[in-house]
Amino acid sequence: MTRHGPRCDKVQGPGFLLGVLVLSAMVLSAATQPAPKRIISLIPAVTEMLFAIGAGDQVVGVSSFDTYPAEVETRQKVGGLFDPNFERILSLRPDMVITYGSQDELTTRLKTANIPWFSYRHGGLADITSTIRALGVRTGHAAQAQTLASQIETELAAVKARSAGKARPRTLVVFGREEGSLRGLFVSGGVGFLHDLLELAGGENVMADVAREGLQLSSEQLLGRAPDVVIELRNGQAWSPDRRARELGVWRDARIPASRNGRVHLLADPSLVIPGPRVGQAARTIADVIFLQAR
Amino acid sequence: MTHPLRRAISTVVLCLVVAVVAVIAAPFIGPTPLSFGAVFSTRLPFADNTDAQIFFLARLPRALAAALVGGTLATAGVVFQALLRNPLATPYTLGISAGASFGAMVAITFGFVLPFGLPMGGVAGASLAGAGLAVIVVYALASARHSGLSTTVLLLAGVTMNSFFSALILFVQYLSDFTETFRALRWLMGDLDVAGYEPILAGLPIIAIALLGFGWLARPLNLLTLGADAAATRGVDVVRAQRVAFFTGSLATGAAVSIGGPIGFIGIIVPHLVRLVVGADHRLVLPASFGFGAAFLVGCDVLARTVLSPMELPVGIITALIGGPFFLYMLITRTRNTA
Repeated sequence: MTRHGPRCDKVQGPGFLLGVLVLSAMVLSAATQPAPKRIISLIPAVTEMLFAIGAGDQVVGVSSFDTYPAEVETRQKVGGLFDPNFERILSLRPDMVITYGSQDELTTRLKTANIPWFSYRHGGLADITSTIRALGVRTGHAAQAQTLASQIETELAAVKARSAGKARPRTLVVFGREEGSLRGLFVSGGVGFLHDLLELAGGENVMADVAREGLQLSSEQLLGRAPDVVIELRNGQAWSPDRRARELGVWRDARIPASRNGRVHLLADPSLVIPGPRVGQAARTIADVIFLQAR
Repeated sequence: MTHPLRRAISTVVLCLVVAVVAVIAAPFIGPTPLSFGAVFSTRLPFADNTDAQIFFLARLPRALAAALVGGTLATAGVVFQALLRNPLATPYTLGISAGASFGAMVAITFGFVLPFGLPMGGVAGASLAGAGLAVIVVYALASARHSGLSTTVLLLAGVTMNSFFSALILFVQYLSDFTETFRALRWLMGDLDVAGYEPILAGLPIIAIALLGFGWLARPLNLLTLGADAAATRGVDVVRAQRVAFFTGSLATGAAVSIGGPIGFIGIIVPHLVRLVVGADHRLVLPASFGFGAAFLVGCDVLARTVLSPMELPVGIITALIGGPFFLYMLITRTRNTA
């Protein structure tokens, strides 16, 4: 989901025709304004997109949470969602800043400083490719962005085709937990990137009826929802083998079908939780886990 | 026995009975429809009986945790209000809960676990360790230049440690990523979903010791509220009573926070509500506060897990939303009646 600053056009795609019209308008609009040469991205997912469409050389600053691709280490860090360093942003003399949709204060200051911005919010799977295309148009890399978006769509379609006709195991996606216990479980609800990824990969989200991207799950809900498969995603570093065995041991006490059948999977890979250009690989990984295929 | 005293004792008994009834009734209420025939069936193996598992492994431990935490925080509030001779004192005034919260934040952000075999998770253990650290620092400060405890220094040291630990909490949160920050924030709102009996059993010995101390303190606290000198002239060993009050109140607070997080409002509202009904005698206020605090938190937790089902409302929000207006209502009606 994207919203642009004063020099950009809005991108919203309720239907294909509208999407084509908007994209055409953006291309025409982009043709009338120069592509930015000094971009700052405060969103790790968008940073990945910029590098993937060939706009990496235009990126001069990234957020404090950016770690991928490796080139981001050579860029200036300018803070994050809650603490963007406006002075450092200004000092980099950007001609486009990628902000998150909730950073109203920052966008107001950017407007005052007459710096264009590109506002982004995490959405579902479809929003990844639409954002890539919009970024391509805005940064002068429309052709590469189109190629990348099409490639991602092909990858996702292939994963979806793999799961067609197969039984869909009832799956719980966990993205936060108090280590060493089953307290403080944070799980994917029925909307958003993780939900879309799971459903596309062939799982049935046991929390599909909750219209939220994430929620804290009580032990009662965990027992009541009785998932056949649990996929726990870890954004940080992978656990040591001993630690991993301990955490799996915690899950074995959960008294849910997934624990009884050895279907709790701990995956430590940041690409699985970042809605960026590596989403095709993420979908394959999730599908491999759901259908127990060697990776 | 005079009539008011008999009425006060009846109120105490009523509070304790309501607490027991609340614990028994709470597991029958919840977001998942249960077949209570299946819950108490002896024919179905427990491992295959999801209804029984939800009842006995999710709801009952939660109700017990709520009762224990609610009762403990309420009585700790009574003790601190008497020790500090300040009606605004709470179990959190002296920085113990801020220390406990700092321990929990470190565990959530850096993700360490206690060696297996210890009956609590890493967050609960770290929280208890943080509370212990705060107790030592505050006590050392308050007793540094006095033979006993200076309540003024105790209060100032506690408030300072509160701010100090709060700054450390913010610092740790600043170092963490979004998901950790959100989990940490959620922990600070209170969570009684203990997912089993282990966290309760881990905190129970500490709370039991603290409650025994509270029992011993009832009479000295009555006299301490008149002032240290007045209490001493009536035969109270003031220094010993202050030390026992400080350590037992702090232990109780640390253990309760390690189980359910820093759930607000109970430690200040319940003691005052109870005093409005049973008077100021700590022999009545302490047990009545335990019973009412327990029942109140069990009730709040039932609301927390049902009103937005299948999502949960943090219980700390409910305690403040219900407790605040209820306390003001009691305050106004009781004051009017007394006038």
